Amino acid sequence: MNKILTKNRDLTQKLGFSLLTLMTLLTVIPIIGTVIYIIVQGAPAISWEFITGFPREGMREGGILPAIIGTFYLTLGTAVFSVPLGIAAAIYLSEYASENRLTRLIRLAIINLAGIPSVVYGLFGLGLFVLFLNFGTSILSASMTLSIMTLPVIISTTEEALRAVPQSFRTVSISLGGTRWQTIRRTVLPQALPGIITGVILGLERAAGETAPILFTGAAFFLPRLPHSPFDATMALPYHLFVISTQVPEMPIQIQYGTALVLLVFVLGMNVIATIIRSRARAKRQW
Amino acid sequence: MEKDLNWREYIITRLIKFSGYSAVIFVSLIFFFLLKEGLPTLAEVPLGDLFDLRWYPIESYYGILPLITGSLLVTIGAGLIAVPFGIGTAIYLAEIAPRWVRNLLKPLVELLGGLPSVVLGFLGILILSPTLRVTLNLPTGLTALSGSLLLGGIAIPTVVSIAEDALDAVPKSYRDAALAIGATRWQTIWRVTLPAARSGVLTAVMLGVGRSIGETMTVMMVTGNAPVLATGLADLFSPVRTMTATIAAEMGEVANASTHYHVLFFIGMVLFLISMTVNVAASAVVFRQKKRAERVLS
Repeated sequence: MNKILTKNRDLTQKLGFSLLTLMTLLTVIPIIGTVIYIIVQGAPAISWEFITGFPREGMREGGILPAIIGTFYLTLGTAVFSVPLGIAAAIYLSEYASENRLTRLIRLAIINLAGIPSVVYGLFGLGLFVLFLNFGTSILSASMTLSIMTLPVIISTTEEALRAVPQSFRTVSISLGGTRWQTIRRTVLPQALPGIITGVILGLERAAGETAPILFTGAAFFLPRLPHSPFDATMALPYHLFVISTQVPEMPIQIQYGTALVLLVFVLGMNVIATIIRSRARAKRQW
Repeated sequence: MEKDLNWREYIITRLIKFSGYSAVIFVSLIFFFLLKEGLPTLAEVPLGDLFDLRWYPIESYYGILPLITGSLLVTIGAGLIAVPFGIGTAIYLAEIAPRWVRNLLKPLVELLGGLPSVVLGFLGILILSPTLRVTLNLPTGLTALSGSLLLGGIAIPTVVSIAEDALDAVPKSYRDAALAIGATRWQTIWRVTLPAARSGVLTAVMLGVGRSIGETMTVMMVTGNAPVLATGLADLFSPVRTMTATIAAEMGEVANASTHYHVLFFIGMVLFLISMTVNVAASAVVFRQKKRAERVLS
């Protein structure tokens, strides 16, 4: 009797474990498959002309330079606004704020910002930056919209990095006569720097791959030249991929896969860099 | 010199404090602009017409019900995929897999969360939809089902990441106690570890599903964009249109301050309120869990 019971239990466990393993495989394999598939299909399209040329013949030939440069500008513009603001906000939460009602409200606001649908950011950017502040459909409007969207990622990862710095570092600096800001500037920030950089890159990675927030704030269907100023609209890799896969009839499949691959390299490249910085910093850390 | 230092310190402290409040300011600004551009809808479209079954803006039919059911249907479908697979993967990674497998696979799953949604939509059009059309013998592959499958994939990393953290945070002594009184590892997982981590797992599910409702590009590209009222799960096999996709597809073509423009902002307002509800609820769950943990430990 007891033996049968034990046997049953073991069988259930075996079946259960196999099921969970299978589910994990079904989750993981499509991810690897997707990345490999895009690399294999997109690689033949990649050439010097594709990376550095302008689109020709209604985008059906030539390169995607304006989209690459555009995504680069948008990412840079996003960084200009979101990095100082996000790091300062994280410093406030980690080094200044006490646990009170206001701090809880701020945390709730950050969680909310992180959850707002990307297309709603687009609406907000249209309402505030494009129309109300009259920046027009421009790199400026799109970058500012994207930076508010990336803010919660940068704030939470930076705060985590700051909090990981041991309290004793601060105590020593203060006891040597340093002011609070001097302590943060000379002691806490340098120690937390790798963590902060990782967070910033992960935030910007999201901005680089987003389409919906820039749809009505700065993305251009097609531009025969590079943007001259922050007040120009721009082409961007994610929007360009959307356009050529849904809006342009008889688009050569190779150019579509090539564009997807360049976007993937751009975004995943940032992810890989962030991961490397994080693991190297962890290995070097002495506390 | 000393005075100069104090002065600088004062300015910097002010700036940092102000930045600290920025998140609150931005959430308020976003809500304000959605209200400012969305509320005129209520004056321009009678409430009855707004909750009508027909979305056809060219002839001034602004019934948003088909869009709401479209979003719901696709999200439910995504949840049916993301919840079991997300939690299953999280349990495998936290409880069953060797440490090195977990350290390899978890970042990989989180990588999926970093894939731009437009890339998934692109593959959805080229590969998933045609496959579904042929295997299920449908008139078109651009259906709610395609959207649900891809959205499920988008929600899975969120679910796995948060649920795995929650399971990992369950004290080892809980498991040891269960094993010591003769439970198998499988029984320990179901009767001890998972219940102990349930609020974290619930948060994972809510945030994952919340993310699906707000997804835009993927659903716009693969769901076929037909604003037809969905009434049951059988509608998974026909084209639908979600709230997010409607805004993204139509905002570019409307005149500023027209009724259509206001209605699209109104839909944005509804989305904002949904995501706020989900997030406030999710953080309330986390908060309660913290309190309980404090009670147990003290």
